[in-house]
Amino acid sequence: MTILQFFLWSLLKVAVVTVVMLLGVAYTVLLERKLVGRIQNRYGPNRVGPFGLLQPLVDGAKSFLKEDVIPDGVYKPLYLLAPILSLGCALISIAVVPFGEPSVGPKGMPLFQISDVNIGLLVILAVTSIGVYGIALAGWSSNNKYSLLGSLRSSAQMISYELALGMSLVGVVMRAGTFNLRLIVEQQATKGIATWNIFGGLQFVAFFIYLIAAFAETNRSPFDLVEAESELVAGYHIEYSSMKFAMFFMAEYGSMIMVGCVATLMFLGGWTSPFGDLIPAPQNILVHAFVPIFWFVFKVFCFLFLYVWVRGTLPRFRYDQLMGFGWKYLMPLAMLNILATSIWLAYRS
Amino acid sequence: MHLILFIIFAGFCLAGAINLLLQSHPINSALSLIVVMSSLAVLYLLLGAEFLAAAQVIVYAGAIMVLFTFVVMLLNAGREERTLGSRAARVVGFPAVVVILSVIASVIVKAQGLGTAGLHQGITSTTELSKVLFTELLLPFEVTSVLILIAILGAVALARRGHGEQPFEAEPRTNGERTASK
Repeated sequence: MTILQFFLWSLLKVAVVTVVMLLGVAYTVLLERKLVGRIQNRYGPNRVGPFGLLQPLVDGAKSFLKEDVIPDGVYKPLYLLAPILSLGCALISIAVVPFGEPSVGPKGMPLFQISDVNIGLLVILAVTSIGVYGIALAGWSSNNKYSLLGSLRSSAQMISYELALGMSLVGVVMRAGTFNLRLIVEQQATKGIATWNIFGGLQFVAFFIYLIAAFAETNRSPFDLVEAESELVAGYHIEYSSMKFAMFFMAEYGSMIMVGCVATLMFLGGWTSPFGDLIPAPQNILVHAFVPIFWFVFKVFCFLFLYVWVRGTLPRFRYDQLMGFGWKYLMPLAMLNILATSIWLAYRS
Repeated sequence: MHLILFIIFAGFCLAGAINLLLQSHPINSALSLIVVMSSLAVLYLLLGAEFLAAAQVIVYAGAIMVLFTFVVMLLNAGREERTLGSRAARVVGFPAVVVILSVIASVIVKAQGLGTAGLHQGITSTTELSKVLFTELLLPFEVTSVLILIAILGAVALARRGHGEQPFEAEPRTNGERTASK
């Protein structure tokens, strides 16, 4: 494979994945509005297109066409940089996610993963940790006290919960012995649901720590103190309008999808079927290629469904409760989980 | 390919470092430092140290620098005041920098048995790294971690001492006020 071929293939994959990801973001918003509507006993958007299915497209057009107001008091370079940083970090980490059978593809080129990196998991964590700056800078450069309070809350919250998040994944990494996401999935693939890390790997404690930390990390309810509208108006993005506001919005949903992808890869067996070998592998090459993608998308969808469900059900935490919970309960629990996993692995080997 | 990437990111690194010194606003300086650290991570990656590269971004660019920007935001530090500076600093400073840099450079160049690092010599996997870290370099590794632990305990002790001077019943009283106001 020449460099040119590699370059063209990668470009094609990046284009397809970006379009799919952005569509996913748009329809996650619709999913949330519909589902929260049902939970609150109303319909949700149902006027544009059949069942309101065209709503996201219309919303996108609306945010493009609205007037873009830049307030006088803002510090302009950072004010403009912040939404780009936020959205960029939310979208970029999909590059290392494997969402299908790696063996399918011409000339040894994996078709369903943009790049197969040895340190895939660390890349995702690194990009997430850079993403904090988007929110922090947005709040500070807006020159507004509510924005600043929101962004300070968010940075503190994200740094605190990043620790618990990272440590909850250590158990899985120890079991697999690698940071490579493809190998982590393949290690869980042998007997379907029985060998997934959450069940067979006995990592259910880690899964719940990850789940809670992920909610906090993406600033979602019940940890959405960053934009607690009753206290802070809208938090860090008060001063943003039009497409710049939409970029923050997309970043939030993009990182939700990303967190769902990581949960799927690390705990729920990635693209593998929950039935393992019970159902024989399909002979048709097309079916063989697309069934794994179906499972992957289905698992991520379940995770997003859970996200919305929690948002529709639970009230918001108080800020000191949030911090105390993160540092006093989640962190020690994550450490205990690492200890228990390593003792178990040492006993087994 | 490696060389092109090296030139690009070494350029970013130098530009960030120079910008760090020239900017008068602390937050711009902090952001240039992030650029420096991230491009250093790419340079590590080019040398095949993938774990180090990821750790550099996660720890330095992602955690430590967030705290820096945090402090800048909280203190709302304004623009740095330009002073003309003393003439002695200029006369002595620049030659001193040149002398120190040349001393360091000559020591490194003359040192024996340093070996060389190529830009594409393959990648050191995390497994190899941890094997070295937990066998040959175990003592320095553990001593460093104890050092960090001591630093953490020191920080906690300092923070607590400031906290202890406040009246002890502060927390119940605020709770009482909250219920009373309802």
